[in-house]
Amino acid sequence: MFSDELQNISWEHTSQAIAAKTAADVEQALQKSKDLLSVDDFMALISPAATPYLEEMAQLARHYTHMRFGKTISMYVPLYLTNSCMNSCVYCGFQRSNHIERIILTEQEIENELKVIKELAPFQNLLFVTGENPRDAGVDYLEKAIQLAKPMFNNLSIEVMPLDVDEYARLTAAGLYGVVCFQETYHKARYNVYHPRGMKSKFDWRVNGFDRMGQAGVHKIGMGVLIGLEDWRTDVTMLAHHIRYMQRNYWKTKYSVNFPRMRPSENGHFQPNVIMTDKEYVQLMLAFRIFDHDVDISVSTRENKEFRANIIQLGVTSMSAGSKTEPGGYATYPQALKQFSVSDDRTPQAVVDDIRNNGYEAVWKDWDLCLQ
Amino acid sequence: MEDLIIAGKRFESRLFTGTGKFGSNSLMEQAIIASGSELVTVALKRVDVNSDSDDILAHLRHSRINLLPNTSGVRNAKEAVFAAQLAREALGINWVKLEIHPDPKYLLADGEETLAATRMLAKDGFVVLPYIQADPVLCKKLEDAGAAAVMPLGAPIGSNQGLQTREFLRIIIEQSKVPVVVDAGLGAPSHASEAMEMGADAVLINTAIAAANDPVRMAIAFKMAVEAGRMAFEAKLAQKSYGAHASSPLTSFLS
Repeated sequence: MFSDELQNISWEHTSQAIAAKTAADVEQALQKSKDLLSVDDFMALISPAATPYLEEMAQLARHYTHMRFGKTISMYVPLYLTNSCMNSCVYCGFQRSNHIERIILTEQEIENELKVIKELAPFQNLLFVTGENPRDAGVDYLEKAIQLAKPMFNNLSIEVMPLDVDEYARLTAAGLYGVVCFQETYHKARYNVYHPRGMKSKFDWRVNGFDRMGQAGVHKIGMGVLIGLEDWRTDVTMLAHHIRYMQRNYWKTKYSVNFPRMRPSENGHFQPNVIMTDKEYVQLMLAFRIFDHDVDISVSTRENKEFRANIIQLGVTSMSAGSKTEPGGYATYPQALKQFSVSDDRTPQAVVDDIRNNGYEAVWKDWDLCLQ
Repeated sequence: MEDLIIAGKRFESRLFTGTGKFGSNSLMEQAIIASGSELVTVALKRVDVNSDSDDILAHLRHSRINLLPNTSGVRNAKEAVFAAQLAREALGINWVKLEIHPDPKYLLADGEETLAATRMLAKDGFVVLPYIQADPVLCKKLEDAGAAAVMPLGAPIGSNQGLQTREFLRIIIEQSKVPVVVDAGLGAPSHASEAMEMGADAVLINTAIAAANDPVRMAIAFKMAVEAGRMAFEAKLAQKSYGAHASSPLTSFLS
């Protein structure tokens, strides 16, 4: 389990090592980046020492992306099934103590949402999102949602609470392709500051959830840290360790990463501890592509449209569009509370036009249920 | 130049192409037409075989182009057989490029599962073209199992590294009773020429064309390279000379 491995990686030493990286370390990493880089090389690429190398990194990242993915951006759309949640994540608008209307979409409502999504654009990649409510929106509920979506979508993923191996296997058998789960932060000592109660307060259960996904044979696993909690450089280095660990142990699985930058939460109390600039975000994205040529890098509508348009050639390989981040937001309850506010509220067509203007093809379908 | 025949079907062009990684589907169409390719592989994961309006398929409706559905994405023989059968039903095509690579990173083929799937699909009436490592023994086994051709790699998919497996390809070409199509890893027209000069029956190119700055011109360059390589093979390349021939120290006693 990764929790064992993580015990041997010191947060403080990692932070110091990143700060100590030099231009020579960066150049060495770039020179050998045709082959698989080590986490130590990755640390050089995200370090302050790499800032003067951004253009060079961009050229390399674009080259590796073209070789592996071509000039394509894969399109996906999220569907929030419920905002009910037993957790108390201090930064989240869905946290339990917030007095908001809690919605769990019924089967009929899910069907209505799916139909409206299909009218928006020819989406095939659908991501179900829920809060943590195993009693009323647990595995039975998710399995039902998958069954409802299967006739209309070829690629189904979930972003929900960590599950058991058996539960992941059951959903995979029902037609699930991918699982997205963000560790939020790998800083174990500080983790409970942000996640004080509920199942999510159990750091090891969450961090070992990725092993359980691998053991269950999930086709694609999405990983990430929430930028805004702890020092981002150290946190993404832990993510780099984690992804290498996963690739060694669960070699049949594809991986994707996402670096959501925290935005002001609906409850208004929590403000990010760390602000990541656009330049730093780009550095991180380029570094991750150079570190791993094959990982899918996903950028959601949290980022604004100007920024998303500018990064199309820099390593991103999947994007959401037209997203509603409230349950029932497409058809049923368009006024419900959002988990986070969307910065890029353009229609899918406008996003696709932008992708095409960059010389890229927006790919709606990159999986077929007949293959699993 | 001699035509290539696979499973009774005649091809004038010995350049097969792929459809992934292009910046647009119309660019893909233009490049494929420019390449002269008559056999074009499409990933079942990318096309909607049940839709008449699938954009990739719409761009490939040319009398010269034959589609070769591939099973990229499956992890074992059972999944591959199922996918091939569905594709046959929907598209009415009984040709399949068998791609079983459970490792999504290097996309290297699982020989054991590929052999099992080839057996099942060939028995079921498919024209099976399996993508595999450049493994001469496996190629002979696939031939026995009913493969219509074998598709050993030159280098890992998308790596553009050229004929890294040269010595093994040489043995495969020497031994094979079915056409040998060098697939994957060919990054430059010169790589394709080299494969053809060695006696490969055809090559399959995707990334090197799709990821080029000008895919259409690159497609033409590959077309010319494949023709040049094949022509050289048919014209029988002069042997390389191994040093001077002035005297015959070993056989002079005979004269």
